Amino acid sequence: MGTKRHFRIWRGDESGGDLQDYQVEVNEGEVVLDVIHRLQATDAPDLACRWNCKAGKCGSCSMEINGMPKLGCMTRMSTFEEAETVTVTPLRTFPIIRDLVTDVSFNYEKARETPAFAPPAGVAPGEYRMQQVDVERSQEFRKCIECFLCQNVCHVVRDHEENKQAFSGPRFFIRAAELDMHPLDAKTDRKEYAQAEQGLGFCNITKCCTEVCPEHIKITDNAIIPMKERVVDRRYDPLVWLGSKIFRRGQVPQTSVTSGSHSGAVHSHAAAGGVHSHAGGSHDPAAEAQAQAGVNWHREVPKPTAPAVDDNGKLPLTELTFDRAAAPSPFGDDVQFPLPPEHLNFAHPEQDKH
Amino acid sequence: MTTTNRIERHHYDVVVIGAGGAGLRAAIEARLAGKKTAIISKSLFGKAHTVMAEGGAAAAMGNVNSRDNWQVHFRDTMRGGKFLNNFRMAELHAKESPQRIWELETYGALFDRTKDGKISQRNFGGHEYPRLAHVGDRTGLELIRTLQQKIVSLQQEDKAEFGSYDARIKVFAETTITELLLDGEKVAGAFGYYRESGEFILFEAPAVVLATGGVGRSYKVTSNSWEYTGDGHALALRAGATLINMEFLQFHPTGMVWPPSVKGILVTESVRGDGGILKNSDGKRFMFDYVPDVFRKQYADNEAEADRWYKDPDNNRRPPELLPRDEVARAINSEVKAGRGTPAGGVYLDIASRLPAEEIRRRLPSMYHQFKELADVDITKEPMEVGPTCHYVMGGVEVDPDSGAAYGTVRGLFAAGEVSGGMHGSNRLGGNSLSDLLVFGKRAGGHAASYADQLTSRPKVSIGAVEAAVETALAPLQRDTGENPYHLQQDLQAVMGDLVGIIRRHGELEDALSRLAELRERVAKVSAAGGRRYNPGWHLALDLRNMLVVSECTAKAALERQESRGGHTREDFPAMDPKWRRVNLVCALDGDTVRLTHKPLPKMRAELVGLFDRAELAKYLTDEELADFDALAEEAGK
Repeated sequence: MGTKRHFRIWRGDESGGDLQDYQVEVNEGEVVLDVIHRLQATDAPDLACRWNCKAGKCGSCSMEINGMPKLGCMTRMSTFEEAETVTVTPLRTFPIIRDLVTDVSFNYEKARETPAFAPPAGVAPGEYRMQQVDVERSQEFRKCIECFLCQNVCHVVRDHEENKQAFSGPRFFIRAAELDMHPLDAKTDRKEYAQAEQGLGFCNITKCCTEVCPEHIKITDNAIIPMKERVVDRRYDPLVWLGSKIFRRGQVPQTSVTSGSHSGAVHSHAAAGGVHSHAGGSHDPAAEAQAQAGVNWHREVPKPTAPAVDDNGKLPLTELTFDRAAAPSPFGDDVQFPLPPEHLNFAHPEQDKH
Repeated sequence: MTTTNRIERHHYDVVVIGAGGAGLRAAIEARLAGKKTAIISKSLFGKAHTVMAEGGAAAAMGNVNSRDNWQVHFRDTMRGGKFLNNFRMAELHAKESPQRIWELETYGALFDRTKDGKISQRNFGGHEYPRLAHVGDRTGLELIRTLQQKIVSLQQEDKAEFGSYDARIKVFAETTITELLLDGEKVAGAFGYYRESGEFILFEAPAVVLATGGVGRSYKVTSNSWEYTGDGHALALRAGATLINMEFLQFHPTGMVWPPSVKGILVTESVRGDGGILKNSDGKRFMFDYVPDVFRKQYADNEAEADRWYKDPDNNRRPPELLPRDEVARAINSEVKAGRGTPAGGVYLDIASRLPAEEIRRRLPSMYHQFKELADVDITKEPMEVGPTCHYVMGGVEVDPDSGAAYGTVRGLFAAGEVSGGMHGSNRLGGNSLSDLLVFGKRAGGHAASYADQLTSRPKVSIGAVEAAVETALAPLQRDTGENPYHLQQDLQAVMGDLVGIIRRHGELEDALSRLAELRERVAKVSAAGGRRYNPGWHLALDLRNMLVVSECTAKAALERQESRGGHTREDFPAMDPKWRRVNLVCALDGDTVRLTHKPLPKMRAELVGLFDRAELAKYLTDEELADFDALAEEAGK
């Protein structure tokens, strides 16, 4: 026989609501969704909650349990202390319909805007040939069960309704990545599309989406970051941009300044030793030149290091339990501002005008 | 009158009820035929029960073993269904499934590959060669996502052409249909409600495709989701269509029985295909004791040969763990009844001691993941506790094999997928359901479109029928004296699970029928608390009458069929009887009551009969039929 446990469940609709207390029986081996079903069969027959497979395969029963976005069917009661109150609330990012049910139509609208698979011309059905190793990359993203927990946790839209227009969210970044990596997809501008139309640039890689994914898809590492990197490669390479600024000042022949041949030109110009410093943005051409000469364009950018993770291989904090409301610093918490001058290597975009 | 005026109305050419594999494939076909198509989904778009299918989709592509072809697939399907299948459906299915699978690749599906880059195929119970196209063990998800994305891509084409995504194909998510509306014998539309708001919705359409899936929620232990309340079966009955083979339910042999959070959830057959074995509580590998005579030729009788088969299938007979599902389910049931089961009433399925942990994780990733997450069971370290769970209904709407058009008095009604009957006979082979819903989904959608085309005038929805539908739908909310729908459902599940379950007896079935009659009275007075907005109690109250009428069909047909065959096992008639093979039991509604009639099976064409050995046919056919076969063979020999 089970024990009585304390649940607090948000009841209400778009006009408002509150947490209601329930004492409910819980048996060994049950999950949160089992308990919600028991409540429906006893105290709260009209408690609204989506569910389908009860096996973690359909992604219907997304909810926030003690503040963490989770699937109700995948949250074992044994993960809570016997005396712990379990608080269940609807997904915060989407408008409430009733109780635990939210209006997730945002996701279906974004799905419709994402260009579909483009079949390769001239390849008949049955003639598709792909290697396992090539399909596996996209297959990781096709594991997605569309529970929309990643969309719910993404801080770009979680508390910023105004961003929903321009931002598709992690679910559709992995869709773009999946098509980008599809061996036979005939469309070649998936990355550019993600940047220009899906709002990939809004993402500042806090990895909350990866952390809540019940399918353990490495949304950030395997989809978002590679897409960002490749978009950046093509459009915003800082070396291309910076190199053109420097060379335009007549230090080297103008002929070498073309965006197409940037890397060779810049690197050939690099001198050994020293870290570039603008020394406070001097307007003295001689000082500038000297400073430029000291720039080490071969400076090794430190390799990204893996963050410290806990026993479960997860970050010890999430946005939900974090000590501040916004995302952590993209530079890392150990970087103090202002930076010491010898660590700076920056040329102001407006400096030519002075 | 005023109530019906305010109901939201839509006009479509084809309305597809159900958004699983069959429904989506039918809708794609209807839209490709230029018809304005609506898809009604009881859940959100893309959540349908098809996502649960793990093993794969059977199609004789011959990518792994080139000896496979449609004839072999046809033979396997007929054997699996114990020759009760509608032969024409089995034939169409075997012939067309490869094209349907290849077509999915053009929609963007990514199946696992062979070394030479073709679609990989895996072994499965009852299939002679590796035949199941698969994606790890989440093939159903791949299928539903692919079809979902194809629909989105069609919507994008429509947006480019007409300026609106919904111009020619629209998904009505979280919408339930409660009645089909007729104009005489012709389908005129469908009536239902939005789950979110509780508001009613009326579709006026000359053609309706049912693709609502199965009936498993009427059972205590089931792998089916809440949606499986037999809606399509009941809608068809009430519209004047007929159901066949309702006595045949597939109990998947290996559902989890412990812990309760995963009770009923399937352990895919590929666990056994990849080397998993069944053991009782004495630790004995018991399946060797349960190989029926008809299968002696194909299945090993000792462990050494069985174990060699995984590496060398051409020179060894198959392990008995890969017998058809009903045989395995019966064997487990017998072991448990003999007191050799686990404490939770199942047996052990052991893969942990058979394959290295890493190999298990690679071959069965979502299986591993599922049990780790849901039950904290590590299948690479310990055996699973499994037992039979209600999984699939072979019976369903009686349809024309080529078009999917429902028989009976109704016109303009089509059915595909689990809700239709005949294709699988008395038992379905694993992997045949995913290909079934593609093959017959396409056919039903296409024929619904051409039916709509050839009508000279559109059938009209009568206001009276709509008013009656409104009244029926609102009744549970207006009563406050009736019973709680959840308790009624539990009682129904108890009756079906205990009395019309995997092993059936005459007395119990009669008992079940009288209890169902009592339940009918109680269900008629059910009341639901709360309002109309997203009220699951109300939704269940409305589903109950569908579950009830379908359960009555199953119980009546199970009582009538005095033999054991496939998904129907009678303890008092344990053998298969060739005379019963010639009969389909057909259910129809006569007023409120289910009427059962016998109908002879269609006669298989000579060239199809010729695909089988005489020795094999002798196990299934009557002497009279065998004499016909001999006469044909003699003629061919001349």
